[in-house]
Amino acid sequence: MATNTKTEPFAIKDCALSAIATGRRAQNLRELRDGVLTVHPGSIYYHFWGGLLRPGFDDPEYNNDFASWARHRLHDTKLAERLGVIDPAEFGEIEALRQEVIDVIEERLDETEFLSWAPRDHQFHFIRAQTVVFDTRRRLENPSELAAAVPGLSVGSIYYHVIDARRRGPQGVDDFRAWLSQFGERYADLNARLAELDPYFVTLTELRGRLSSIFSDYFTGDGQ
Amino acid sequence: MTMLSAYAGVAGEDVIDHLKQLAAPLKGMKVVHVNSTRQGGGVAEILNWLIPLKRELGLDARWEVITGQHAFYQCTKHFHNALQGNPALVTEALLKEYVDTNRRCAEELGPVLRDADMVFIHDPQPAALIRHFPEPRGKWVWRCHIDASHPYRPVWKYLRNIVGDYHASIFSLADFAQTLPHPVYLIPPSIDPLSEKNMDLPAEEIRDVCARFGIDTARPMMLQVSRFDRFKDPLGVIEAYRQATAFIPTLQLVLAGGGASDDPEGEAVLAEVRAAANEDPDIHILLLPSDAHRTINALQRAADFVLQKSLKEGFGLTVAEAMWKGKPVIGGDTGGIRLQVINHHTGFLVNSPEGAALRIRYLLHHREKLLEMGIKAREFVRQHFLTTRHLREYLTLMVALAHGGEDRVVLG
Repeated sequence: MATNTKTEPFAIKDCALSAIATGRRAQNLRELRDGVLTVHPGSIYYHFWGGLLRPGFDDPEYNNDFASWARHRLHDTKLAERLGVIDPAEFGEIEALRQEVIDVIEERLDETEFLSWAPRDHQFHFIRAQTVVFDTRRRLENPSELAAAVPGLSVGSIYYHVIDARRRGPQGVDDFRAWLSQFGERYADLNARLAELDPYFVTLTELRGRLSSIFSDYFTGDGQ
Repeated sequence: MTMLSAYAGVAGEDVIDHLKQLAAPLKGMKVVHVNSTRQGGGVAEILNWLIPLKRELGLDARWEVITGQHAFYQCTKHFHNALQGNPALVTEALLKEYVDTNRRCAEELGPVLRDADMVFIHDPQPAALIRHFPEPRGKWVWRCHIDASHPYRPVWKYLRNIVGDYHASIFSLADFAQTLPHPVYLIPPSIDPLSEKNMDLPAEEIRDVCARFGIDTARPMMLQVSRFDRFKDPLGVIEAYRQATAFIPTLQLVLAGGGASDDPEGEAVLAEVRAAANEDPDIHILLLPSDAHRTINALQRAADFVLQKSLKEGFGLTVAEAMWKGKPVIGGDTGGIRLQVINHHTGFLVNSPEGAALRIRYLLHHREKLLEMGIKAREFVRQHFLTTRHLREYLTLMVALAHGGEDRVVLG
């Protein structure tokens, strides 16, 4: 049921990331643990989500940088699997995510007699990101406009409204759901479908395609 | 047609809109880039498109070049080699020439640099300019295009004292970066899809270029484009060719090298390469002028695949150039080549002439795989290594620096 309260339009924003080297490196598992313990929180975030905006081909097994490094540089598949299964979307606070990574690494350190070392040129580099957010000046007044607008959004906009939104808003959800929720129960079905979308296992382009399908299907009935 | 609309045709309208919005808060900003050569080498190529694009986006951008005597270039060549890890003896006399040249250039460029809101200094050659502007009005950024992951320490110590004065620095990869007392940004370079070196060419022009150099288009040909520099390992390429021709005797090798005005070692390496080729009629050693962009473009398009068997590499723009033309690349497992050659996707990473020879044979025996990798390579470059992505990262950095380098800058 629609409310009488005036609703805010959806402001389409965009963002761009600058990668910054923290200067911290790790060549073995203990150094990685020490780095994760103290590095800037933005670096933990970057190594889980930053891959979406970086060159590379999908590594479906190890979709965070810690897991990928453990597999490809330390050749520790058991650790890589344990790190790879961590889903950052399940952790509301970055510090909780940091602690989870530390726990997994420490468990592995307890099991390990000898430390594996990465080659000199394949160290783990802790990187963090600086985010610049800008307003595209485009506004959506009605949710039905999402069907036409979303396919034309840049990958930066998708990143901002889906990935970045989760750590920004108090509800920890993407901006689309947050906006739709102000219309009361009217778009509850649509919100439920959006909630099923798992952004961690797809590229931003694929994510845009899936969002487009959901909105198109919901509002025009011809989505795939 | 404006440059931006031309890029929109290749990269997409949304990408250009994104750039315009990012550039909006920087309109009118005075930006100066300084390097040491107007032609030859990757830096000059980048600045050739970067400056006009920044201007079209409303920034007051300009490009200044410093020049010196032979001793200055000798000194900076030593710096370059030392940053790449090669022990280099830089004499007091050469250092004096370096300091004096930078002092003279600082006097010449004084009004421009004092007035700038942002100054980008490329590589070590003009790095010491900052010494002559102790309280600069604008932000000074040192852009290092070199793989400085394991520098020769005595030289790095000298340079670190200078570049530590900058407000920020940029390296191409985290592996290349050194710890410095300011934010160290990571920005890989890019290629210009509209330049003479990368634009589409008519088939007859490609045939004509091959005919001019005696290359038989009916037989397989592989190419390495690079300066005649030991770090590019042209001798290793010849060795790989020799091993591969034992199985594929029709194979031809083209080594196309340009000279850069700030590289005095080129001639010595070229002589070694000629000696190693030993007048083999199927090894074509081409010494091309620095403006032979269309010729290089044609050779890359004529090649079956491309080699970049460097032992050390800053980034290796020739890799992205070849990939943009749909060619898989067999590249040295080093530096920026690793970011572009994704093993088994866009080419192969190798660590020896033997490794290169094996991959040469593989590609020539699996033509379907060669084509598939070429298609992937082009798309990979479209997404990640075109000028538009590079410019976006520069603009992002500039916005961030202009706002005090906070973690999160929200505009408008």
